[in-house]
Amino acid sequence: MAINVHKKIENISFGLFSPKQVTGMASAKIVTPELYDKEGYPVDGGLMDIRLGVIDPGLRCKTCGQKLKECPGHFGYIELARPVIHILFVRQIYNMLRSTCKYCGHVLVPETNLKKYLVNLDKIGEEEGLEARRRKVKDIVDKHKIKDKCPHCEKKLDIIKLEKPYNFYEGEVRITPIEVRARLEKIPEEDLVMFGYAAGFRPEWMILTVLQIPPVTMRPSITLESGERSEDDLTHKLGDIVRINQRLFENINAGAPEVIIEDLWDLLQYHVTTFFDNEVPQLPPARHRSGQPLKTLTDRIKSKEGRIRHNMAGKRTDFSARTVISPDPLIGMNEVGVPQVMARTLTIPVRVTEWNKEYLKKLVENGPKKYPGANYIIKVDGRRKTITAETKDEILAELEVGYIVERHLQDGDICIFNRQPSLHRMSMMCHRVKILPGNTFRLNPAVCAPYNADFDGDEMNLHVPQNEEARAEAQILMSVETQIISPRYGLSVVGCIHDAITGNYLLTKELVLSREEALDLLYASGVDDLSALSHKDKVDGKEVFSALLPSDFNYAGKDKAGNEVKIVNGQLKSGNMDQASLGHEKGLMLRNIYERYGEAFTADLLGKISKLGCTVLARRGFSMGIGDLDLTPEARAEIQETINKAEKDALSLIDAYYANELEPLPGRSLHETLELRILEALNKARNKTGDIAVKQVKDSAAVVMAKCGARGNPLNIAQMTAVVGQQALRGKRIERGYNGRTLPYFKKNDLGPKARGFVRNNFKSGLTPNEFFFGAMTGRDALMDTALRTPKSGYLYRRLSNAMQDLKVEYDGSVRDASGRIVQFMYGEDGLDVSKTKNGILDVKSIVHDVMGGAK
Amino acid sequence: MTFDVTKHHLVPKHTKLSESEKSKMLGKYGVEALSLPKIMTDDPALKKLDVKTGDIIKIERKSKTAGASEYYRVVVEG
Ligand SMILES: [Mg+2]
Ligand SMILES: [Zn+2]
Ligand SMILES: [Zn+2]
Repeated sequence: MAINVHKKIENISFGLFSPKQVTGMASAKIVTPELYDKEGYPVDGGLMDIRLGVIDPGLRCKTCGQKLKECPGHFGYIELARPVIHILFVRQIYNMLRSTCKYCGHVLVPETNLKKYLVNLDKIGEEEGLEARRRKVKDIVDKHKIKDKCPHCEKKLDIIKLEKPYNFYEGEVRITPIEVRARLEKIPEEDLVMFGYAAGFRPEWMILTVLQIPPVTMRPSITLESGERSEDDLTHKLGDIVRINQRLFENINAGAPEVIIEDLWDLLQYHVTTFFDNEVPQLPPARHRSGQPLKTLTDRIKSKEGRIRHNMAGKRTDFSARTVISPDPLIGMNEVGVPQVMARTLTIPVRVTEWNKEYLKKLVENGPKKYPGANYIIKVDGRRKTITAETKDEILAELEVGYIVERHLQDGDICIFNRQPSLHRMSMMCHRVKILPGNTFRLNPAVCAPYNADFDGDEMNLHVPQNEEARAEAQILMSVETQIISPRYGLSVVGCIHDAITGNYLLTKELVLSREEALDLLYASGVDDLSALSHKDKVDGKEVFSALLPSDFNYAGKDKAGNEVKIVNGQLKSGNMDQASLGHEKGLMLRNIYERYGEAFTADLLGKISKLGCTVLARRGFSMGIGDLDLTPEARAEIQETINKAEKDALSLIDAYYANELEPLPGRSLHETLELRILEALNKARNKTGDIAVKQVKDSAAVVMAKCGARGNPLNIAQMTAVVGQQALRGKRIERGYNGRTLPYFKKNDLGPKARGFVRNNFKSGLTPNEFFFGAMTGRDALMDTALRTPKSGYLYRRLSNAMQDLKVEYDGSVRDASGRIVQFMYGEDGLDVSKTKNGILDVKSIVHDVMGGAK
Repeated sequence: MTFDVTKHHLVPKHTKLSESEKSKMLGKYGVEALSLPKIMTDDPALKKLDVKTGDIIKIERKSKTAGASEYYRVVVEG
């Protein structure tokens, strides 16, 4: 018998079960805590009773007659020896007790007001919805809870208190659940409407007299490897309830003393409470023997791992992935390296046609394990089949036009790549898949900037669009090429970084190659048309670089050092390629190429340039060692002398301060003047020593990187070779710590450079302990500052973007919101689309020049 | 003595549109007066202008991007 249990859910209503409904819908009454008999067969009337459904293969359900996986499970019930309070309704019960009369059962609202309230409530319910009505009920209840006597029967009433979690007291006397239930029973139907009860619901159902036993199918036991059965947490909890309930029955029947009965009753209340919610604040959670708390009903629903957020709102698909990223300068800017293991799970549906049938059959043949293969097929009737070694032959035989094959991700497939926080549109861009070995996503370092990614453990997400529309949209609107120019500042957001910059800088600055070397270099960088290279035997680095540029490209700009960069007819005539030309957020050269030759060309060129840079560096060799920071003895002496002099200056300033000979600066106190003068003297010395040092180590790798903007700056070099300099907290020299001094090492009121955080050593020579401590102080301050600022600015940005998300530039140039209200009469006041400008400037001159036919 | 805010260099020039200017301006943008940004009758910049609700105020601002820009606000009860 195959009963189709799948039904369409039309609506769900939430409410209370009455004891009658519980017993009525139950298919078994549970009377014993035993689970299985000696043969391991479920005991009749036990918690695993096969009338509650089956979880063992081979058994049939006694209620519906179906087998495992067919039977949906059936509820049972137990009769509680004494009623207990349903923990999740304690609040409502409390409200009800406080606002009704224990003698006549009426709501404590005077007859005259009652009608008025009801009309008012219905109106609110209709106009503002149920939630508003509920709030109003709360207001009324709060207003009319027990004062001193009932307005109906005029009898005196006592204040009722709730002692958490579930004990009610009237004065000093405890109200037992039996009594509570009796009081709730008294409340007439008409008065319940006040509290928002739908017709037919009774408040006394909140006090449990029978307890529903969930079907075994929702608490299956698992068989361990040892053959032992391990029961679900819910079954454990239910076992406790049934056991205590049984003992309570026995004691009541035997006429045991009331104290014993009370104790057992309380225990029953505890077990039933923790069955619903094992995290009631005032109760110790029920635990396994191992000590870990039981997962009961509430735990299954709430929190991130609960049914709602985990299973219902958080669906998993085979179309998205997340892993660590690592760099790969050899793949294209618009590519993303996807690990093959991932590609075997990520799928793309392809409809079988006459023309691709053989190809797809091959993929099915390969199956889910062998790449490139396929994981599923979808038949014409929409039914899905998994491809496995067993089903493969059958599927191959039936595969026909109209079927859909979900094949593995392959090279060239379109996907969307993303890194959080997704603050601007360049945080999600469309890439093409490149399947690579390994376990990480690979991306070209040039796109690190728009994603704000680095490789210190960053993870990124990948999404695979599943149909043609989505793919077309992603490709046209989101591909990396279309995102090159930033809508924020009108310059390129992608660009060469690190080695790619250094490589091109060295190439254009000083390298001279043999023709063979040059050709090899270009070929390795992805250039296949080598005719642009001159035919000389010795080729200058600038010429090699020029071979990448289109022959009609002209450009004039400045490099980082301020020298003229001149490109005439695709030939780099002067200047070096550095961060100012190749980097992101700079690179007016890239902007010009983009404008002239379009996005695809720019992306391709940028890929070649960065590959060229990396290759140059790899072949030339580029490394940095401690020797790079060596200074000549003369330079060292000069630096020492400069610092000594500065320190002496500072000390004489202090002397002048104490002798009251210091001239105060306008608007400053004498002490402030001293501080400023000392800072000035020390900073001047630091800068001077820095200059000496950088001049001395000018041929080292560190200086080359700093000069071309690849990484680091002259200050870093100075700190490594000359002087670390003054440590400052909040713009001042360090003055905190002990009374009158920064560290116990110093004398009280020592204002000298050393005692106030001036580090006269450099990182190479090493810091003294107190210098190191000052460094740690500023380091910690900076760290805390960023840690505190990041979430703040993030939230600010979020509010801003949420507030502005539906603003739109209309065709007349005005900015309006979703309801047509004008926000700006001209977008940005000048009406310019920044992404069509160069760094916000519309270059009218060059436009005119171009319109006039490019003539000089 | 009170300070005249309209003389301050950060307060842009506010002028009231005439009826014909008003309908021309609304026609240009194709909007009702209430779709415009608002300014209250008691705004200090309007003190000398003799405005009533429903009037449209033209504000001429200095602009970083465009040199000078025009902005309009409708007067509302304040
Ligand atoms: Mg990182
Ligand atoms: Zn069944
Ligand atoms: Zn009464």
